[in-house]
Amino acid sequence: MSPDQKESLPLYANLPNFITDEPPALTSEQRMALLNRYYPDYRPEGKTTLRVGANRGNVVPEEIANILETRSRLLHPEKVERPSAPDADVDLLIIGGGGAGITAALFAKETGASVLVATKLRIGDSNTVMAEGGIQVALGDDDSPAQHLKDAYRGGHFTGDTELLSVLVREGPEVISWLVKKGVLFDRDAHGNLALRKGGGTTRPRLISAKDYTGLELVRVLKEDLLNSGIPIWAFSPAVELLEGPDSSCAGAVLLDVDSGKFKWVKARAVMLATGGTGRLHIGGFATSNHFGATGDGLGMAYRMGAPLLHMESFQYHPTGVIYPSEMAGMLITEAVRGAGARLYNKDGKRFVNELETRDVVASAIIRECSEGRGVRTGAGHFGVYLDLSAIDREMGEGTVARRFPNILKLMSKHDVDCSTHPILVYPTLHYQNGGISADKEGRTPIDHLYVAGETTGGLHGKNRLMGNSLLEVLVFGHRVGLSAAKAGMSRKPFSWQEVGFGHVERFEQALDSEFHGVVRPEGPLLFPDYRRNTSGDSA
Amino acid sequence: MFQYEKPDNAKMIKVGINGKDWSVPEGLTMIQAMWYTGHEVIHGIGCLGGVCGACAAVYRMPGDFHLHNALACQTLVKENMAFSLIPSFPSQRADYKIETIADTKEELFKLYPESATCRNCNACTEVCPQGIDVRDAVWRSVFGDFKGVTEGTMSCVMCGLCVSRCIAEMAPHEIALYARRAYGSQELKFPDNLLHRMEKIQSGDFDAELSRLLSLSPEMLKSECEVK
Ligand SMILES: Cc1cc2nc3c(=O)[nH]c(=O)nc-3n(C[C@H](O)[C@H](O)[C@H](O)COP(=O)(O)OP(=O)(O)OC[C@H]3O[C@@H](n4cnc5c(N)ncnc54)[C@H](O)[C@@H]3O)c2cc1C
Ligand code: SF4
Ligand code: SF4
Ligand code: FES
Repeated sequence: MSPDQKESLPLYANLPNFITDEPPALTSEQRMALLNRYYPDYRPEGKTTLRVGANRGNVVPEEIANILETRSRLLHPEKVERPSAPDADVDLLIIGGGGAGITAALFAKETGASVLVATKLRIGDSNTVMAEGGIQVALGDDDSPAQHLKDAYRGGHFTGDTELLSVLVREGPEVISWLVKKGVLFDRDAHGNLALRKGGGTTRPRLISAKDYTGLELVRVLKEDLLNSGIPIWAFSPAVELLEGPDSSCAGAVLLDVDSGKFKWVKARAVMLATGGTGRLHIGGFATSNHFGATGDGLGMAYRMGAPLLHMESFQYHPTGVIYPSEMAGMLITEAVRGAGARLYNKDGKRFVNELETRDVVASAIIRECSEGRGVRTGAGHFGVYLDLSAIDREMGEGTVARRFPNILKLMSKHDVDCSTHPILVYPTLHYQNGGISADKEGRTPIDHLYVAGETTGGLHGKNRLMGNSLLEVLVFGHRVGLSAAKAGMSRKPFSWQEVGFGHVERFEQALDSEFHGVVRPEGPLLFPDYRRNTSGDSA
Repeated sequence: MFQYEKPDNAKMIKVGINGKDWSVPEGLTMIQAMWYTGHEVIHGIGCLGGVCGACAAVYRMPGDFHLHNALACQTLVKENMAFSLIPSFPSQRADYKIETIADTKEELFKLYPESATCRNCNACTEVCPQGIDVRDAVWRSVFGDFKGVTEGTMSCVMCGLCVSRCIAEMAPHEIALYARRAYGSQELKFPDNLLHRMEKIQSGDFDAELSRLLSLSPEMLKSECEVK
């Protein structure tokens, strides 16, 4: 970038002197105190107690209550009548076209079931496509499924579901082999083995990746197979409500065709929710790394049917999300830069935390600096701290940043920042929903014939997920749940369209009425975040 | 929220969106400029992170005859830029099962006969927002250098902009995907470490240890998991 471009970014006009002295080491008491005081999950502000539904009494972020305790789009503003026949009638309806949904569809098809996939945007537009880091799978000679389970359980602060974890670690290699046979290009070592790298919080190297395009590579390949499979795909057709069948079972869903504005009615003998995470709710006002459709729709729809949720107070905030240049707010700067020697500095140019502490500790320390007045103010009024990658080149040789982090360098340079010489301003970004809909190892929820897989589920990781375990989860459980839901749909006792309705919605609405006495509740699911200005633009 | 805040003292600039002129603050991406001016964008947004290829766009600058392309979620608007989104560009995709193809090099010409008709115009390379040498990848596919295709095209976001320009009307990104899959599935040896691990899992080598862990009390399991 040219010198005048640099100066035109006002924050670079007067940088402090960066003092490289090590920050003081934390004792484990200090670490806990830091987390309790600053990690968003543990802070009292912005929280509320659920008043309706299976998790009544649980304390969750307000943004979560606002997608759970919601009014149905079918009853408001005016009641929608159920048509005399459904628009589709299938064994299995899969809602969500990310990693879990696509994987499930491909396996479900093999059972001979009739399958329909409905998704919000295009197939593959998801959190899955964005994953850079990789997938954990225990392949090393010194590694084992049991060791993988131990690391994941410890990483989840001993709150994960060990039975689900045992499935995850045992079935990982098989599903990776399925991908390799399809031509997914994981990085290899000199002997042609899958190259294993070490990820945060693990005791063995077991992260496999496809450069820093792991999710993109998965989606490109699996999407092509799905498009060629003959399975009908309804894109731009988000689900807005589940349908209820005999004995309070799940019996299909109502979709919204976003182009025509019309509802589509699907009768399904089994339904699988694979709607992913909640980053676009901007919980606590945080920016997010998530894709445009990550609004937690599956949580709200399942909750309205009575499905219990687990750990809905627990989210992962990645410490180093871009906050300036502000048009990139939320974008991840991978953990690996800190591993390689990048440094964090506050507004006075002082280091304030060991950069190699765990994600939650580093995130808390950044929040502390900013809330105690040692953050740097951006033009848009946000605060952040400096993440300086230039130390990497200084310590490991000129050109290291360019060689190891080409994608970051490329993306930042599009925004006129040369991050090999200039610091990036970062602040924690909302990254992953640790909790979600509770299910067993076949993806069965307590609602008959309602199945779930992927980031929308809760339990497996407990209150914290280690990097690389979520992609593995999506694949392992996408496979398993796709098969079990398809079989359950095919073998289900027949029922008629007349037996299908939304009694559960009416019951939930009544519960809202009696708890909220005239207080207006938002409509759900949210479907899309709205970033438009309230006023219309300044037409030229 | 984050996406349209006007920075302090931001200069207002003129941009054309879908043929209409607007004034927006400097420093927004194309997508953010659309939000700022009240457009609801659904077709044309996926990841907002530069990897899904949903937000392909075409733009022109005044006094410049060149037609430019970009990913709208990653590209900042400039004074007097005129742009439109091309959220979907139809392209031909072959139906195949990569694992079952006997001769992947020959098969390319059955699946994508048009791949051999490249006229070397290089328009695909010039348009690619990922900086991929697309023309080179097409030729390497034709000559069966699938390894070379792989090395050159891993960053393809499947935006389809190369298709929009190709005078031979082919879909270079689909051809490259086929070549990469053929390389990964058939030319690379199945990884030994994965093979051995699967054999051990199938013969039940790890089952006893996993069941032992599952049978432990939470406290015992916790103490086994502590890093010593
Ligand atoms: C930037 C980033 C980097 C990451 N890096 C890694 C990594 O390196 N390793 C790792 O293991 N994990 C990583 N993760 C996490 C991981 O990618 C996700 O947890 C995982 O891919 C989720 O898969 P999924 O199929 O459950 O959800 P998604 O992939 O998000 O798919 C959900 C799909 O459902 C659609 N949908 C939503 N609502 C509806 C509705 N109402 N109706 C119909 N469809 C709907 C969505 O649009 C989307 O297509 C990363 C995540 C992000 C955001
Ligand atoms: S090769 Fe084609 S599809 Fe791939 S990124 Fe470049 S222009 Fe887009
Ligand atoms: S645009 Fe088409 S014809 Fe031109 S170089 Fe690329 S592949 Fe060949
Ligand atoms: S929205 Fe995915 S690349 Fe732009």
